[in-house]
Amino acid sequence: MVNPNVQGKKYPATNPYLVGREKIREFAHAVKSTNPINLDVFAAQAAGYTDVVAPPTFAVVIQERSLATVLNDPEADIDFSRVVHGDQRFIHARPIVAGDELVSVLEVASVKTLGAHSMVTFETKIFAEGDELVCTAISTLVVRGGE
Amino acid sequence: MTHINIASLEVGQIIGTTEFLLTRDSLVRYAGASGDFNPIHYRDDFAQSVGLDGVLAHGMLTMGAAVQVAVDWVGDAGKVIDYGVRFTKPVFVDAQDGAVLIVTGKIGEIDAEKGEVRVDLTATFKDAAVLGKAQARVRL
Repeated sequence: MVNPNVQGKKYPATNPYLVGREKIREFAHAVKSTNPINLDVFAAQAAGYTDVVAPPTFAVVIQERSLATVLNDPEADIDFSRVVHGDQRFIHARPIVAGDELVSVLEVASVKTLGAHSMVTFETKIFAEGDELVCTAISTLVVRGGE
Repeated sequence: MTHINIASLEVGQIIGTTEFLLTRDSLVRYAGASGDFNPIHYRDDFAQSVGLDGVLAHGMLTMGAAVQVAVDWVGDAGKVIDYGVRFTKPVFVDAQDGAVLIVTGKIGEIDAEKGEVRVDLTATFKDAAVLGKAQARVRL
């Protein structure tokens, strides 16, 4: 059972993540993207970007870094082996582009109990340099209760 | 700016269908790219030890592949400004044959004033939907 008292708890900003061009290409290939904006620097620049653009779900890589701190937090008491991904959303203020240096700040938005299971919703705000909000990632994990 | 004229769109219009073949190779590739090394995505013995039928695809891989239908339609991955899904069913990936994911996108809502449309995605595996409420808001 997830500790309901962590609702509203905020976790400190992660170490800065430097978004690499090859990481974007690797991730784009992995999600089966063939979009030149993800892969081709010249195509991305012709479309007005400074470098290749990350696929819409790339922010999960940043979100995971914040999530890892929660899953390691004894106060939250989340048993990772019982976790199932319930839903996920990414709201982009702007696309993530190679060269961005990003930090994320996670807040436990809600903890709900449904019978033996818990549903925990996390809101991770991803910022570029100068506190520019780039993306808000919202993730709900279902933690199955013990039998 | 895109090649799409928002005035020509209609709610319910199909924007595209793509078939994605997810193999064990796809899962290993996604694990490496995303950093999600949960062994339920590459080890049958481990998946079975936690009560699953076998190795399943990362939900985030299904989510990431599905949105490509919207990306291909608009032509620019940076135009997807809001994208959310619910994970409703696992996609089991056979060691030999993989799994075929069929994704269709249709126009769910048009906001001509903002120049935005909502693309509703359906993703099916073996004739069952694996994503719920999969919606991508696209800026044209």
